[in-house]
Amino acid sequence: MRVVAAMSGGVDSAVAAARMLDAGHDVVGVHLALSRSAATLRESARGCCTIEDAGDARRVADRLGIPFYVWDMADRFQRDVMDDFVAEYRAGRTPNPCLRCNESIKFAALLDRAVALGFDAVATGHYAQVVERVGSDGVVRRELHRAVDSAKDQSYVLGVLDADQLARAFFPLGDTTKPQIREEAAARGFSVAKKPDSHDICFIADGDTRGFLTRELGEQPGEIVDATSGEVVGSHAGAYGFTVGQRRGLGLDRSSLDGEPRYVVGVEAGANRVLIGTQDLLGVDVITAEHARWCGEAPTGEVRVGAQIRAHGEEIPAWAELDVDDPDVLRVRLDSRVRGVAPGQSVVLYDGTRVVGSATITATSLRERVGEPPHQVGARHTK
Amino acid sequence: MTAYLDHAATTPMRESARAAWLAQTQRVGNPSSLHSSGRAARAVVEESREQIAAALGARPSEVVFTSGGTEADNLAIKGTYAARRASVGASRLVVSGIEHHAVLDSVEHLVEAEGATVTWLEPDRCGHISVDDLRSALGGDSAAGTALVSVMWANNEVGTVQRVPELAAVAREAGVPFHTDAVQAVGQVPVNFAESGADLMTVTAHKVGGPVGIGALLVRRDAALVPLSHGGGQERQVRSGTVDAAGIRAFAVALDEAVAEREASAARLTALRDRLVKGALALDLGITVSGCWHEADASGRLPSNAHLLVPGCEGDSLLYLLDAAGVECSTGSACQAGVPQPSHVLLAMGYTEREARGALRLSLGHTSTDADVDAVLAALPGVVDRARRASGAA
Repeated sequence: MRVVAAMSGGVDSAVAAARMLDAGHDVVGVHLALSRSAATLRESARGCCTIEDAGDARRVADRLGIPFYVWDMADRFQRDVMDDFVAEYRAGRTPNPCLRCNESIKFAALLDRAVALGFDAVATGHYAQVVERVGSDGVVRRELHRAVDSAKDQSYVLGVLDADQLARAFFPLGDTTKPQIREEAAARGFSVAKKPDSHDICFIADGDTRGFLTRELGEQPGEIVDATSGEVVGSHAGAYGFTVGQRRGLGLDRSSLDGEPRYVVGVEAGANRVLIGTQDLLGVDVITAEHARWCGEAPTGEVRVGAQIRAHGEEIPAWAELDVDDPDVLRVRLDSRVRGVAPGQSVVLYDGTRVVGSATITATSLRERVGEPPHQVGARHTK
Repeated sequence: MTAYLDHAATTPMRESARAAWLAQTQRVGNPSSLHSSGRAARAVVEESREQIAAALGARPSEVVFTSGGTEADNLAIKGTYAARRASVGASRLVVSGIEHHAVLDSVEHLVEAEGATVTWLEPDRCGHISVDDLRSALGGDSAAGTALVSVMWANNEVGTVQRVPELAAVAREAGVPFHTDAVQAVGQVPVNFAESGADLMTVTAHKVGGPVGIGALLVRRDAALVPLSHGGGQERQVRSGTVDAAGIRAFAVALDEAVAEREASAARLTALRDRLVKGALALDLGITVSGCWHEADASGRLPSNAHLLVPGCEGDSLLYLLDAAGVECSTGSACQAGVPQPSHVLLAMGYTEREARGALRLSLGHTSTDADVDAVLAALPGVVDRARRASGAA
C-alpha cells in the first residue's frame, strides 16, 4: 500500500514510519506545519511543531530513505482545533483538542489530501491497535482496540474516528510498550530516540492553559458562588478558566469556609459565574452527550459498555443508549459515581478492549435515590 | 530514470571543474603564505581570477571572491549602504520588488536595524523593471540621498532578463552606485561587467557547473565597500578569510567553459524550452506560461526557463507528484520551514495569490535532453489531474 506516515519529529511517529516501511509499504513521510508562526527552536520539552521538530522528522525520513514533505495545515488547525478550543472554554466547557485534531486534521484534512494524491492510508505513532475481523456476512471490518501498553494507550483520543477513517488508518505501535519503542528507535539509529515525550496541549508550549485563554479572551471578572447556598464567596478573572472538578486556583478565603475543601461544580458561561461546592456535589452517574461518533455500527437499544471520560482516566462499567428521538444524543448510566466530569470532555465507550465510539459530554446528573434530593450540575447546552 | 529540471537551483558540476577542484585539493598551500606552497596556491588563485575577469568583462582586481551569491549580495547591499551612509549620508535604497531573498532580506534588515528607507521598483506583467520608473525614482534631489540601486540581471523564478545597461546608465547619470545580481544570467545571456555599466555584480559558481560554496562580487575599483567580515584582510580588505584555491580554480574552469559554450547552449536550450512550453500548453489542461514567452526568444527570457502556472493546483502537490513520477523541479519560490509561500515575484507581476499557488519552474541546463522534456510532458496530465483532486480535498 501507499502510505503517508505522519511524522511529528518525535520518537513514536519515527518508529511507526520505519515499521510501515519494514512491512513492505510504499511510505512517504509528511510533517504537518500546524503553527502559523513556527518558532525555530523548542521552548521546552513539552512544546512541539517547531522548525526543529520538522528537522528531526526530516532526519528520520532521510535515514529511512523515504521522501519527506511538509504540508501546511496551519489554517485548518487554527480553525478546527485552536478556535474550537477557545470557543468551547468560552462556552464553559472543557474540550480535548487532541480528539478534534485526530477527527478533523490527521484523519480528515491530512487523510483526504493523501487519498486525493493517490495514497491508500495514513499511519501515525499513536498507541492503539487496529484489528481486522471477518463478520458473519463475510465482510472484513476494522476495529479499534486499546494498545498493549496501558500506560501509553491512546485509543481514547482516537475514539472520534468513524469506520471510514479507521479503514485508512494504521497504528503500528499498538502492540509494543513505550520503553521498547525507545529501544527500537535507538537500535535503528534515530537521533530522536531519547527525545522527551510531548505533553499536554501542543499549541500551549508553557502548559499554562488559563494564561493562554486569558490572552485569547481577555479578563472577564465575575463571581464565585456557593452552589448550595447561592452565596457569593469570591471572584474570578474569567469563568472560562475553570473546569468542573478543579480544586486549586479558586483563591477563596478559607476562614469563611467550614474547613472542607471546595471544588468547581459548575461553570455558567452566560452569567460568567463559577459554582463551587463540597466534594459530595461532584459525584455524578448519568452523562448526556452529543456529537456521537461510532467506530463501526451505532448501537441499538441499551448496551453494556465501559465508559472512559478523560485521556488516562479509568474505565467505569455503564449502560449506554442513544436517544430514541435524536440519534445524535447519547445517554450513559454509570454503575458508580465519578467525580469531576466536565461538559466538553469526551466520553469514549469500550466493549472489552474495543472502542465502540465516543461523544462530547453536554450535561451530567445524579440518579434519584430514595431519601436524597436530585441535583444537576453543568448547564445543559444545546448547539 | 530521473529527469532533472531544476538547474536554476543548482546544475551538475562539469567534469572539467571537478577534475580541477580535485587536483587543487591534492596540493597544500594557503594562498596568503609566503613559502613556495603558498605562492603556488596564490598563483592558482590569481590565474583563476584573471580567467574569471576575462570571461565576465571585468578587471582581475574587480573580482572579490565570496562563499557564493548570497554572501556577495549581502556584501553589495550592506557594504555599499554603510560606505555611502558614512561618506554622503545616504540612507535610501532603490530596489526591484522581484529580487532574490539574499537582496530583499538584506534590504529589509537595513530598514529594521539601520533605519534605511526603500523605494521598490515594481515590474510589469512580463517581469520587466521600467527604465522610466528608475529615472523618476532618482529624479530631483532624491539621488543625493540614495545609497544604492539594485536590480537583478535575470530573475531566478520567471527568467525575465532586465535591460541592465540602460538601468545602470540612469543610475550612473544620477551618481548612485548600481548593483546587479547576475547569478542566473551568467552563461545564458551575454554578461559583460564593464559594458553593463554596473558598479557591483553578483556571480556564483554552482549555477554554471562549478562547486557550491564559491562565488564572487565584482566591484568596480572606485566603488567603496565597508567589509562585513573582518580578519586577515584578504580580497581587497573587503572579505577576510582563507581563500579557497580549489573552489576558485573549479569556478574559473566551469565559468570559462560555460561562457565559451554560451551561444550554442542558449540556442539548444531555447529550442528545448520552447518544445516544453508548447507541449505543456497543448495538453489542454489550462496551463499558462507566466510572464512573457516568445518562441525562439533567447534574450528577454532566460533560454533555460519554463515557468508554468497550473490553475486549481497547489505547487507542493505538483512537486510531490512529479517527484514520484521521476521529474525533479521546483515551484521557484522560497519555502518557510518546508512550507511553500506564494511567490513575491508573481505577486509583484500582478498575479493573484490563487494564481501564484500553482506555479511550477522547470529549468534546463547543460545536461538537459529531449528525453527530459518528454518525461515532463508525459507526466503532466496525470499529475495535474491528481493535484486538482487533492486541492479540492483540502
